[in-house]
Amino acid sequence: MNTSTLEDLPQVQTRRTEVVNALAVALPRYAILSRTEDTTPYECDGLTAYRAQPLVVVLPETETQVAAVLQICHRLGVPIVARGAGTGLSGGAMPHRLGVTLSLAKFNRILKVDPLACTATVQCGVRNLAISEAAAPHGLYYAPDPSSQIACTIGGNVAENSGGVHCLKYGLTLHNVLRVRGFTVEGEAVEFGSEALDVPGLDLLPLIIGSEGMLAVTTEVTVKLIPKPQIARCIMASFDNVEAAGNAVASIIAAGIIPAGLELMDKRMTAAVEDFVHAGYDLNAAAILLCESDGTHEEVAEEIAHMRSVLEANGASGIAISRDEAQRLKFWSGRKNAFPASGRISPDYMCMDSTIPRKKLAEILRAIEGMETQYGLACANVFHAGDGNLHPLILFDANDPDQMQRCELFGADILETSVRLGGTVTGEHGVGVEKLNSMCVQFSASERKQMFAVKRAFDPVELLNPGKVIPSLQRCAEYGKLTVLRGMLPFPHLPRF
Amino acid sequence: MHSQDPVLLRLIDQVRSAHKPLNIQGGNTKHFYGEIPHGDALDMLPLSGISSYEPSELVVTVRAGTGLAELEAALAKKGQCLPFEPPRFGPGGTVGGMVAAGLSGPSRASVGCVRDYVLGTTVLNGHGEVLTFGGQVIKNVAGYDVSRVMAGSLGVLGVICEVSLKVLPIATATTTQVFAMDEAAALTQLNAWASKPLPINASAWYNGQLHLRLAGAHAAVKAACTYLGGALVEPEIAAQWWDSVRDHQHAFFYLDNNQLIQGEHLWRISVPATTLALDLPGVQFIEWGGAQRWLRGLANAKQVRAAAAQAGGHASLFRGAAPRVEVFTPLSAPLLRIQKGLKTAFDSKKIFNPGRLYPGL
Repeated sequence: MNTSTLEDLPQVQTRRTEVVNALAVALPRYAILSRTEDTTPYECDGLTAYRAQPLVVVLPETETQVAAVLQICHRLGVPIVARGAGTGLSGGAMPHRLGVTLSLAKFNRILKVDPLACTATVQCGVRNLAISEAAAPHGLYYAPDPSSQIACTIGGNVAENSGGVHCLKYGLTLHNVLRVRGFTVEGEAVEFGSEALDVPGLDLLPLIIGSEGMLAVTTEVTVKLIPKPQIARCIMASFDNVEAAGNAVASIIAAGIIPAGLELMDKRMTAAVEDFVHAGYDLNAAAILLCESDGTHEEVAEEIAHMRSVLEANGASGIAISRDEAQRLKFWSGRKNAFPASGRISPDYMCMDSTIPRKKLAEILRAIEGMETQYGLACANVFHAGDGNLHPLILFDANDPDQMQRCELFGADILETSVRLGGTVTGEHGVGVEKLNSMCVQFSASERKQMFAVKRAFDPVELLNPGKVIPSLQRCAEYGKLTVLRGMLPFPHLPRF
Repeated sequence: MHSQDPVLLRLIDQVRSAHKPLNIQGGNTKHFYGEIPHGDALDMLPLSGISSYEPSELVVTVRAGTGLAELEAALAKKGQCLPFEPPRFGPGGTVGGMVAAGLSGPSRASVGCVRDYVLGTTVLNGHGEVLTFGGQVIKNVAGYDVSRVMAGSLGVLGVICEVSLKVLPIATATTTQVFAMDEAAALTQLNAWASKPLPINASAWYNGQLHLRLAGAHAAVKAACTYLGGALVEPEIAAQWWDSVRDHQHAFFYLDNNQLIQGEHLWRISVPATTLALDLPGVQFIEWGGAQRWLRGLANAKQVRAAAAQAGGHASLFRGAAPRVEVFTPLSAPLLRIQKGLKTAFDSKKIFNPGRLYPGL
């Protein structure tokens, strides 16, 4: 995205000087970045295709400084984009060209691990995995494990309501966070949730979690820790066709089993990761299922035997059960490395993130196959099968504008097909800027209007991460026209504004 | 939910033409809960029926006026349940009422609350617009999670018309052990057990006895019983006993007119589970591994709220005779401002259950 024309405007320079001078009252000079070479590293998050140069970047170290930054921005009417590790995949932390990017990277202290209460209170910039590492000596851990857990922060997890591969059994961020402390757009301290199990009044925690930094700025989080299971074992099952794999997933759930993890990879993905990690995947299988059981030794033995019989009854062509922890991790290594492995087989890839009812799995995979021909691009699929959360990775070359455009249309088509099948445009990556158009398809004008009203209840001046998550009426109207003209919209008869 | 459904259209009509407060009403089994209801009744019972249920998806979609008993029976037929055990204060309770009240039963500490199982809702806002948030899938982060805010909202934001809930299989094995223990020992023990990988599903301490319910795979429950000790309670008696706690049929929760007139109250005190025994006048019943403490007696609101606040929690007046004190713990200034803002955002005419949660909300 070219920002030079805006950069050159003298009004922007003047505004920058004004904002920097105001912030300098509250922050040390080194905590304010305003030169292009200093702010460029912040121009995008994990969704690198969308970039914008922020007006200013600030790196506060204390809550008092965060409050002051918010108060100053509120006074001057400057948009604020909070940012954690920048690993988000939907552009939620993409800067605002006339806004302040509020980096919370320095809020990286674990404040308290309470093994008796099974909680940890940490600053928002603490990495997801660091929480589990700190809890490990007590035999406890923090359950949600997004693929980026080595780098992503808990504040970012709260913003996105992050998931991972164990959500079916252990829930999303929402189910594992007790309390969020933060600041309103006016710079006032506020707490959502509590270390008790509920709060008086409306429960605002589910609104804050997943709000992509649009309702408040998070500085501190209390999470629930859970006892580490004694043992985990994993079954790797091969299937000759995707339908059978999909049916096996439904049968496992119908049998009353809630596996700790239930993941599917298609043939193209299996080939890509096998080449990368050498996990011993069956390269002839049309689909591979990874089914994990965790708990006590007795429990796991019982569940693994039960799952095995269900998988066999559903026509699994091959079954391997992890002998030990090393082998279990090996089974998972491919799944966990699906994204980097895709990076090896294609110059670029676009990761989609829709959710569908589990029973529609075969249907959407067939539809994606059709789209590969339609858009002339290949796609590899990984799937949190237990949650119905699909991650098609569209392979393309970003240096070719035509491929880039076809990739965007391919992605939009997957999302809209998911909505049509009864699902949603984003399961765990968030809307950010990436899926704004698709939100027009999932929500009616009055629903979007209601969401804007919710935002204004928290942020009446609409300065917190403006322009993300909820598309404007005008944008949806334009999107409707655009896609109908191209004949790409799967159900053009629906009203869109 | 079909937007041309005649029952829904009638509700929309009622909402659009309302100029006075509406008292949204299902089975009316929780009329005692919250501030005193007032306004014209908006009857939700005609909006009933299970819209879709696919056991292999672990999701059920239900219209708000559906009886909770009807839903639980349909789930049980397929070996599934609402794991959070919503209380049934009377036979006619509805699914909409369950979500609006946001109350969860004995298993709450181990399985989560109503909110955690809400996947989507269709609501009517104050303009009579039919709005659907969330969906029927387990993972969904498209837009703000408005559907879950409805849980525990006591109907002040909108009329819950339909709700999609995550359901779970009924545990294959369940057993209840009882231990003789005083309050302090029970709390210490519950806290210690909570950090171990044990299949504890519910706990309740009252009058020197700690009941512990274990649920999970056969092998896990059996192993835990051996490890924990205690005396086994016959399964049928245990099931009845837990139901009596869940539904407040247990004698502890019952206040007769005489006791009410004398000023006895039933308080629900919600605190971190590691809070030591609360020194308050009256009798206590402890659930949720120490996180929910019921208090009945003559303690005054100031005293109870101060003890709860000191522990980092809050206290709600659950039952008591009028005139009563404020039912829910007052909110901090920014939270009250945001909640009033949300009320306006959904219901600018202020017609839905006004004042049921707080004055002005």
